[in-house]
Amino acid sequence: MIKATVNNIDVEVPEGTSILWAAKKANINIPTLCFHPDLKPGGQCGVCLVEIEGIPGLKRSCMTPVGEGFKIHTHTPKIMSARKQLVEMILANHDSDCLTCIKNNSCELQSLAATLGINTVEYAKFEKKLPIDLSSVSIVRDPNKCILCGRCIQVCSNVQSVNALAVNHRGCNTVIGTAFSAGLGNSVCINCGQCVVHCPVGALYENSQVEAVWEALHDPDKFVVVQEAPAVRAMLGEEFGMPPGSLVTGKMYAALRRLGFDAVMDTNFSADLTILEEGTEFVSRLTSGKNLPLITSCSPGWIKFMETFFHDMIPHMSTAKSPQQMFGALAKTYYAQVKDIPPEKIVSVSVMPCTAKKFECLRPEMKASGYQDVDYVLTTREIGRMIREAGIDLKEMPEEQADDIMGEYTGAGTIFGATGGVMEAAIRSAYFLVTGRELENLDVKPVRGLKGTKEAEVDIEGTKIKVAVAHSGGQARALLEKVRQQMATEGKCEYQFIEVMACPGGCVGGGGQSWGSNMAKRARRGEALYAEDKSLTHRKSHENLSVKTLYENFLGKPNSEKAHKLLHTHFMKRSSVDGKVINE
Amino acid sequence: MNLVRNHVLISIDAGTVMAGARAVEKTLVEEIAKQGLADEIAVLETGSVGTIGQGVVIVVYPEGVYYANVTPQDVPQLVEEHLLKGRPLKRLMLAETPKQSVIKKERAGLLKEQPRIVLRNCGVIDPEKIDEYIGEGGYLAIGNALASMKPEGVIDEIKKSGLAGRGGASFSTGMKWDFARRAPGDIKYIICNADEGEPGTFKDRLILEGDPHKLIEGMLLAGYAVGASKGFVYIRGEYALSIERIERAIAQARDYGLLGINILDSTFTFDIFVMKGAGAYICGEETALIESLEGKRGHPRNKPPYPVTEGLWGKPTVVNNVETLANVPEIMKNGADWFRGYGTEKCPGTKVYTIIGNVATPGLIEAEMGTTLRDIIYEYAGGIKEGKKFKGALVGGAAGAFLGPDMLDVQMDFVNLKEYTAVLGSGAILVMDESADMVEMLQNVLYFFKHESCGHCVPCRLGTTQLVKLIDRIAVSKGSQEDVSKLLKISDVMRDASFCPLGQSLYLPISSSLKYFRDEFDAHIR
Repeated sequence: MIKATVNNIDVEVPEGTSILWAAKKANINIPTLCFHPDLKPGGQCGVCLVEIEGIPGLKRSCMTPVGEGFKIHTHTPKIMSARKQLVEMILANHDSDCLTCIKNNSCELQSLAATLGINTVEYAKFEKKLPIDLSSVSIVRDPNKCILCGRCIQVCSNVQSVNALAVNHRGCNTVIGTAFSAGLGNSVCINCGQCVVHCPVGALYENSQVEAVWEALHDPDKFVVVQEAPAVRAMLGEEFGMPPGSLVTGKMYAALRRLGFDAVMDTNFSADLTILEEGTEFVSRLTSGKNLPLITSCSPGWIKFMETFFHDMIPHMSTAKSPQQMFGALAKTYYAQVKDIPPEKIVSVSVMPCTAKKFECLRPEMKASGYQDVDYVLTTREIGRMIREAGIDLKEMPEEQADDIMGEYTGAGTIFGATGGVMEAAIRSAYFLVTGRELENLDVKPVRGLKGTKEAEVDIEGTKIKVAVAHSGGQARALLEKVRQQMATEGKCEYQFIEVMACPGGCVGGGGQSWGSNMAKRARRGEALYAEDKSLTHRKSHENLSVKTLYENFLGKPNSEKAHKLLHTHFMKRSSVDGKVINE
Repeated sequence: MNLVRNHVLISIDAGTVMAGARAVEKTLVEEIAKQGLADEIAVLETGSVGTIGQGVVIVVYPEGVYYANVTPQDVPQLVEEHLLKGRPLKRLMLAETPKQSVIKKERAGLLKEQPRIVLRNCGVIDPEKIDEYIGEGGYLAIGNALASMKPEGVIDEIKKSGLAGRGGASFSTGMKWDFARRAPGDIKYIICNADEGEPGTFKDRLILEGDPHKLIEGMLLAGYAVGASKGFVYIRGEYALSIERIERAIAQARDYGLLGINILDSTFTFDIFVMKGAGAYICGEETALIESLEGKRGHPRNKPPYPVTEGLWGKPTVVNNVETLANVPEIMKNGADWFRGYGTEKCPGTKVYTIIGNVATPGLIEAEMGTTLRDIIYEYAGGIKEGKKFKGALVGGAAGAFLGPDMLDVQMDFVNLKEYTAVLGSGAILVMDESADMVEMLQNVLYFFKHESCGHCVPCRLGTTQLVKLIDRIAVSKGSQEDVSKLLKISDVMRDASFCPLGQSLYLPISSSLKYFRDEFDAHIR
């Protein structure tokens, strides 16, 4: 342990602790800007400066470890003056049109300027006046708002291992951009949106479809159906000031109904359906021994990642569509048929914790119904804004139920939103599909939680199945490289089933979550989903009665020809230079 | 080897090559043959003889006559007059008084006044021939070390010598090596920082062009001392001739078994690889250099950890400047005490300077630590051009400080200059006479920094831009006193808050130019 003082308050911290964290122990929150608790500090902004007695100059508290006997000061006149000047310099080079900025009231630079009491900028203003990158269907990048904190690059490179973003040019011409400055839409970007949720300012945000959805809602000729991803119920409350991990399923249905959606159903329903399709696929591959391990395909960020960097894994991918796309395909076929609504009148909207879903719904192969299966994808932030715009306070909503015939779900469906959830749900049903008997202990705890890549061994009546769960591009890359190597040297790999989610924490950590993301919030949301699972009577996908009805009346049985046509897909190879489809 | 009557040395460095040295050399050889003198006269290539801006330079030995601005058209007359008839050609001879020529000064026997440790072989031997280096006692130091010294012994000797880094930071070389030697790990690296980018500095280039084997020997000794088996020369991409010569020297050393496995039948294995920089000033900063060497964008790293514990690919790494490493073989050959006989108590040895600007004979010189600016300008560089008055000098490159007339008699070494808020830096001296506009000088420095800021941190990226806006306003007499104070205010923040030495050091030229030449700034405002 190392002893030091911060503003004359004694602190004792483990060796290697940064001054920033040591100060927190003394209840001093040193102002920061580029620092993010989940990322390695880069030291770009210089806002978190401190003075250490006997050491010349000022030190960045985020990246300076506490030394024995350090006498640290955090708000001397020298520090306060330097800090203000640095923030003023940033403001002089920032498109400070706050009122029309997507981050108005959620911007870390805005709140820092307020905290430091900056009311004039004594430096000459010089804005960048660069074009906004609109090349991506998921993510917009506004370099004029960018303050070059480097978080987006770090999360894209070090956490996701995608490396779509990098620093270009130098000095005051420095910009963050993609290879060849071709724009995110023409890069290896997987649309995961981790850059978006780590951006402190309004330089990165989703390509919004709010206006289009309002237009559909206001059109009396349209029948607008909405589905909400599992994770959304555990994070939408934050948009209304509720603590992270507040579960708002019933209130969410009520609010969506009040916005004017004609049918409020649930992606959890199609999550259960996914398990039956994917679970059946798994059991058949396990029996035949072909194309193992089976790898999940629910996460569209992961899909593009795989297509770009691991397309040799395509034969191992589950062909089952993601729950969003299964729902979309059924909304304009099964639902239209049962409810007797012309499919061309149906507008299918999904609410997702995700930015990659915007890319997924526009993939050319996602037209199984004969129409675009999902028309619009809204992030949690976008739907939150719509609800607020309509003057609805989510907190005050009554608890309502989802509409039939695609609104019922089990506990297995709801845990899809957390890392390991798909695996756990699949195990619950696979056990039944193989043995015809129900698994007794439904909690597959080794695959839960936010620690790195997780592994578990499941015994299905003597057949040992080894599974692995990865939740980030970086973990997926490491795991898949291991698989690739084992396949090359031994012809098989140690795992039979692999779940991959592109985002750290799974969908509860997606690129469409509320601003101000960190791992702690992701953990609370995951816990909320497991709590809902525990509270439900039905916790296995094959117990979903609405799904049973769907098979009986429409699809036949899992992996039937019709199920294949509507609920399964295929993948393509993409270039690891620009992410474009490689035609062979 | 044939005995010859005359040796004609032709300086082949980047400057003389641009002035047409190759064509002169070709004509010279042809003309000598034509006069039937091929058996008596040897034409040899050498590195810089210490002159710059003098066109193609030729030295004829044993007379020691210097010819400057030689063109191919001059060659027939030169050969006929001097080499055939023995009458030196006055028309082309370099400045006549020995005082104006650094080389002549040395040749005149005034060795103590211009000691040559680093530059001992520069302009004397043919840098493209390993035998000439060996003939001058080269590779003796590494041979001795491998045969009779432990690595710790080498480190002790370097520590004892008091050698400090010549790249600008002046950190003890022996200590640096010791830290790297003690750092845990089997794989360690030596990097020679030859990414010389400080404006006005070209000493490393001339050392590399003039005596590349000395650098190789220095790296070998460093590698042996530290326990490294791989070295890299990170060299400025524009230094085409340096790259050619160091690569040739490495190939020759490999041929001679001086690089590779079990060098000189010892257990020591070491090899050197050359990596070209892509032109960013920031890559002269050691951690940015390491990033670049790893194939990444040249951004500085946070320190600690220092490269001696976590450097190239996370392994303990010593990064030394060219001049630092070139000192090492001489120290090991002659001993630490001999080295301490030069320079001052706190800063032993010599410093290589490149002196440019309004001086009579700009060029490359080596002077003892502690030599005054006055001696350097008036003794070695021939004083101010056209008899004008000295106004000031920018010492240490763009990241250095301006010195006014009252600094002429201050002893120049790393320690002493610090007391005057100045630095020796890279050893570039830009001399300005009475006609210089100091506001314009500072403006130039600030432009340079704005252009070369890597963009990583806010203070440097945005501070340099704001500084340029202010100085531009002041330079066209549209500024105010408030703008002048803002220059100082920004440079203070940059010193305290910049991520790396690039931004931290900009306060030096700003505060020093205002200290000595405030009246010129005021004049621009009134």
